[in-house]
Amino acid sequence: MTRDFAGIPKDEFEFAGKSEEKSELLTRPSISFWRDVWRRLFKNKVAMTGLVIILAIALSSLIIPELSSYSYSQQNLRNINAAPSSQHWFGTDSLGRDLWVRTWFGARVSLAVGIFGSIIPSLIGVLIGGISGYFGGKVDMIIMRLIDIIICIPQMIYIILIMLVIGSGPVPLIIAFAITGWMGSARNVRGLILKIKEEEFVLASRILGASHGRIIFNHLVPNTLGIVVVSMTLGVPAAIFQEAYLSFIGLGIKPPIPSWGQLANLGTAVFRIYPTQLLIPAIMISLTMLSFNLFGDGLRDALDPKLRS
Amino acid sequence: MVRYILRRFLISLLTLWLLAAITFFLLRLLPGNPFQSDQILTFEMQERMMNYYGLNRPLIEQYFTYMGNLLQGNMGYSLKYTNRTVNSIIVRAFPVSADLGLRSLALALPVGLFLGIASARKRGKAVDYLCVVISVIGVSIPSFILGSFLQYIFALRLKILPMAQWTTEMHKVLPTVAIALGLLATLTRIMRASMLEVTTQDYVKTAKSKGLSEGKIIWSHEIRNALIPILTMLGPMVASVLMGTFVIEKIFAIPGLGLHFVNSITGLDYTMTMGLTVFFGAFLVSANFLVDIAYGIVDPRIRLAK
Repeated sequence: MTRDFAGIPKDEFEFAGKSEEKSELLTRPSISFWRDVWRRLFKNKVAMTGLVIILAIALSSLIIPELSSYSYSQQNLRNINAAPSSQHWFGTDSLGRDLWVRTWFGARVSLAVGIFGSIIPSLIGVLIGGISGYFGGKVDMIIMRLIDIIICIPQMIYIILIMLVIGSGPVPLIIAFAITGWMGSARNVRGLILKIKEEEFVLASRILGASHGRIIFNHLVPNTLGIVVVSMTLGVPAAIFQEAYLSFIGLGIKPPIPSWGQLANLGTAVFRIYPTQLLIPAIMISLTMLSFNLFGDGLRDALDPKLRS
Repeated sequence: MVRYILRRFLISLLTLWLLAAITFFLLRLLPGNPFQSDQILTFEMQERMMNYYGLNRPLIEQYFTYMGNLLQGNMGYSLKYTNRTVNSIIVRAFPVSADLGLRSLALALPVGLFLGIASARKRGKAVDYLCVVISVIGVSIPSFILGSFLQYIFALRLKILPMAQWTTEMHKVLPTVAIALGLLATLTRIMRASMLEVTTQDYVKTAKSKGLSEGKIIWSHEIRNALIPILTMLGPMVASVLMGTFVIEKIFAIPGLGLHFVNSITGLDYTMTMGLTVFFGAFLVSANFLVDIAYGIVDPRIRLAK
């Protein structure tokens, strides 16, 4: 049954009255901090392009090696250094392995090392910096002096030495990054915590009898999250670069498992004759690093309260 | 000020000692011995070599011997290059690395700072976008990949510059550019951010309201203050660049320190690795020390806070 509202005469309507309660209500839904950040990020075309590329590469790296009829280590010595064709989309390398599959399988390794190699050291840094900033005094002094000293030690030397001690591969790489890379984020988080811990909501929580752990992890850490997320995002390209660098000098990922750095390393050996073998991993490394840098920059702008409008 | 310097100096010494000690013991944790890779040596001969170099003595004794020698500036003989001391190898290779590093810095520093300043002055205009694009791309392309492509384009295709080696001025162009682009991009990024930060400060407003000319404000208020963050990163940057970027030296076959470094670690040349690490560490630590002092001179707030 449909009603014809338009046909109802005007005087049939009556005034419903003002509702005191409703006029006080907020018309727009309140937006949480993270929703607001996301909205601003969404408007940033450059950052979103970066995110889309990252997601596309990540998805392809998961799907493509599973669908292909070749495996990353399958050799075919009768078809080496082939140019890109319908059979082998990126051609084959000097052992006749399919480069299309190797590139995407390498993406898995490089992305995993890049992402975990950035997140894990950052988390360790958050933990140590949080403790240092919150407790202050002697604990803070000792930790900060220790960081002053460790941060002077050239990182690459230690990564190389650690890799030689615990062996090579994706997991040892991440461990080496974790041991050598936490100092920067520890310093940042400590500085922020020193500022935040003097604020009223922390005092209120302490008066209500919250434990140290609760104050640190429920109040202080969430407030440093913005900075930490940005530094994690910008840390990913750095970790991808280091992985590529180490694999390039033969210390990161050991063959036959491919990573982009490793493919670039193999590519340089033959790039005078077959430039595509270097070109492809080079483009992948640069494109991924570029996307993470663009996304990280956008994220930083979105999180910056000064730029809020 | 004297106390501040003394304190930084002690921290630097401590850092250096820690670096040497950790490297010493970490190296010995590595499986194998330096003479293993020589196929001709039998097990007995390897043992004899180990005895000859004193590598079979208790580790702690070796540590004190090494540290004692190190204090006198003696880093011992290389275990791989027979009859050559580590000191002599460093003396020979370091000038090459330093030459390359200084060239790249001389190219990157003025250009990077200029682009950063120009970009911040013209914020949101075409110049700014261009500089941001250059800096993001420069940060995103690893130097070893850039190096390979420069070789491919300029040496192999266009044939206007030599491929590798380190002899004439022409040979030095490509590796210098390959290192400089990354440095330039980093410097541009930081200088731009720093300039934008400084422009909003109160003292710039004060300078403007008392009627200073635009040029004078930029030169003596903005740029001078914006340079402080650059100073902080310049120390480690100079150190790492002067020591040679391993990979660039590998790609361009440059006989610098970087090549020795990688080879000595993978070949378990204990004395060589130790010597290079300590030398590099000393370089980095003194660069940081100098920066800390310069920092204290430039910015009185830091000196007072300590």
